[in-house]
Amino acid sequence: MDMQVKKKKLGLKEKYAHMTRGLDWQPSYQTKEAVFPYATYEGIKVHDWDKWEDPFRLTMDAYWKYQAEKERKLYAVLDAFAQNNGHLGLTDARYLNAVKLFLTGISPLEYMAHRGFATAGRNFPGVGPRVACLMQAVDEIRHSQTQIHAISNYNKYYNGFHDFKHMLERVWYLSVPKSFFDDAFSAGPFEWMVAIGFSFEYVLTNLLFVPFMSGAAYNGDMATVTFGFSAQSDEARHMTLGLECIKFMLEQDPDNVPIVQKWIDKWAWRGVRVLSLVSMMMDYMLPKRVMSWKEAWEIYFEQNGGALFNDLARYGIKMPECLSRASIDKEHASHQTWSILYQYGGAAAFHTFMPSDEEMDWLSAKYPNTFDKYYRERFTYWREQEQKGNRFYNNTLPMLCQVCQVPMAVTEPDNMLQISYRESDYKGEKYHTCSDGCKQIFDDEPEKYIQAWLPVHQIYMGNCFPEGTDPTVEGFDPLAKVLEWYHLVPGKDNMDYNGSEDQKNFNAWRGLATKND
Amino acid sequence: MQIDLRTVAIKPVRNTFDHIARRFGDKPASRYQEGTYDLQQDFKFHYRPTWEPELETFDERRTAIKMKDWYALKDPRQYYYGAWTIARSRQQDAAESSFEMIEDRGLADTVPADLRQTALDVLLPLRHAEWGGNMGNSYIAGYGYGAAITQPCLYHAMDHLAVAQYLTRMGIELGGVDALDAAKTAWMEAPMWQPLRRHVENLFVVKDWFEIFVAQNLVLEGLAYPLFFDHLDAHFAANGGTVISMMNRFAAEWAGESAKWVDAQIKVAAAESAENKAQLSAWARQYRTLTLEALKPLAERAFGDNADEVLNEVVSQFNTRCTKLGLAVQE
Repeated sequence: MDMQVKKKKLGLKEKYAHMTRGLDWQPSYQTKEAVFPYATYEGIKVHDWDKWEDPFRLTMDAYWKYQAEKERKLYAVLDAFAQNNGHLGLTDARYLNAVKLFLTGISPLEYMAHRGFATAGRNFPGVGPRVACLMQAVDEIRHSQTQIHAISNYNKYYNGFHDFKHMLERVWYLSVPKSFFDDAFSAGPFEWMVAIGFSFEYVLTNLLFVPFMSGAAYNGDMATVTFGFSAQSDEARHMTLGLECIKFMLEQDPDNVPIVQKWIDKWAWRGVRVLSLVSMMMDYMLPKRVMSWKEAWEIYFEQNGGALFNDLARYGIKMPECLSRASIDKEHASHQTWSILYQYGGAAAFHTFMPSDEEMDWLSAKYPNTFDKYYRERFTYWREQEQKGNRFYNNTLPMLCQVCQVPMAVTEPDNMLQISYRESDYKGEKYHTCSDGCKQIFDDEPEKYIQAWLPVHQIYMGNCFPEGTDPTVEGFDPLAKVLEWYHLVPGKDNMDYNGSEDQKNFNAWRGLATKND
Repeated sequence: MQIDLRTVAIKPVRNTFDHIARRFGDKPASRYQEGTYDLQQDFKFHYRPTWEPELETFDERRTAIKMKDWYALKDPRQYYYGAWTIARSRQQDAAESSFEMIEDRGLADTVPADLRQTALDVLLPLRHAEWGGNMGNSYIAGYGYGAAITQPCLYHAMDHLAVAQYLTRMGIELGGVDALDAAKTAWMEAPMWQPLRRHVENLFVVKDWFEIFVAQNLVLEGLAYPLFFDHLDAHFAANGGTVISMMNRFAAEWAGESAKWVDAQIKVAAAESAENKAQLSAWARQYRTLTLEALKPLAERAFGDNADEVLNEVVSQFNTRCTKLGLAVQE
């Protein structure tokens, strides 16, 4: 019998090239412009799609093998968590307010990322980025669903998780992250990649995803942190894709540099504004804190991000100027944002609370330049008022920035007595933004930002009441009607954590689980 | 015998999320339900797309098909990401063990030369058509409406990529890397392949996503898969080419499974209204004609004198299938 000569095994890179790039072809029965209609209108010039370096080389068989293994482990943990009342292992149920913010403000947007990467995975004329984007599109629906599944068990026992997608589309502060993704999705495929692939996934992941997941780890939230660990390797892939995409655009044509720079500036600033919600989560919402917002910003942005921009300098890319303001704001962001949520806590979708003395001491130590000087007194006063049965709720509504939609209650970096705002005139109307960064974004694309559906303005216009509401009846309570429209029950789903149903239930249940009758 | 562990029982405050409870009542929901229903936003997008300013970010007007509730289009397989990826990894394991056996024992060399050539000529260039299937389904995943149908379309797009990759591996086993180049040249230039390539390229410019669903997932897959992975496969198996079948087992199994999902979508959409039924039927008839023209030269290469007979059988089964789904497809 003849010995079979074994065929030489293909190398990974070669195999991957045949399995992906080899599949595509240049259409001739339809024009390239007709097949890829959105590839050029943003002004990005690409001369050779073959220069794209695949950031990771996964064929579908390998993808399924790795991912299925991770899914099996994740769901085994989630099942065990549900079976054994895992929620009683939390440091405190107060922690869950951070998870509510995550489920209402992030998980449905993972779904948006899924759709956005699906369109990018259809729209690029190069096969390499198309396949990479599709892999990310399918990862993103994984993240949306595994987050929902991980948090599903909390929803059975605690309030505020119950209608997360409905809330995302309506509740005022949730328009901050929502408008971020709406903005990116309504842009072209290249800007999408800078906004989500690069800015969100590469620059900001360590300041958004990591703080939430670390917060989960520190506070005994085994369900969420197991999701976090499970998503880690996906996130690593997404980061390399975002960076490769930026480098590819910059290397293809020098004309791309100013366009990419403009997008980096825009999305860095828009990202910083979204992160103000994360800053308050880190400093105020976690019973056991991971690190301060300021420390996170210094490590993950100033040091790591600085290294990244040094690396991009060879293409002529500069660190966005607006970020120098963010490095001043890092001393204030969490305190000011928490102040806003605390005073408007009657219209939020989670519970708010003032820090204890011990927590205030922690804040003083972490913010020696600002906490005692500007914030401790106010917070102490609010706490005293609450103890006297006079918990402060602000019944007016704040004006929102036309671009980032954060309430305009943030001060000027160099003047703590002045609210920071900017003004633009467009077609005979005045539009207000919160900062130079947002004003610049507005002035560059006013036609886009005048469309913004600003929740507060919409409330004043009467657009946020349940159908059939008659605002002219005697004793009409607009806030009550808005909350009804949000699907929030005042006091049960929001207002102060002290005295809440969540607090009572958690303490009673934990007693049940740890004490004898 | 049964033993009962005692646990601390705490009565839940609610059993599922409110948007799930509004549909199914407040009872424990499946992971498919919580991970699918109402997940796509449908209220107040902040900005019109710069790439299509006349429509909203997600907009029901991107197709002629109309549904009162887009979540009626549910997946009978109940695939959320975890269920899908675990199911595929099992199929992948089975396919991998087939390839390993073929590679370890050099079984590709046992395939009779004529069958080998038929596989290289007829099956291998299909990997490009499969890539086309990926593009169509990723378009639907991006621009379609409602997570119930867009979600499985992305899975379907990735499945098509996998089939293209398995066909590539088959090509390398049977003819080495050179066979891939030859197949690509055939796809680009050989007269036999031009009608199919033209058809696939024409689908790239269709704007209506449900039309793509019908043209690609119902008609093209509904005619091409039985032709190649049933009839041609049977021909291989009967003539000493079982090894080829082993290499295509993923595609063959997958086609049967995914057809059930495709059927469920068409059936529900057609039952929704007379207008939907008329539109879906018109698309099915239109694309049946176009697809058959594209497949005819391939069937002739594969089945020689029997080509018409095989095609007639495939079409007749397809017509029966469509009629069962509520479509009017008889001329």
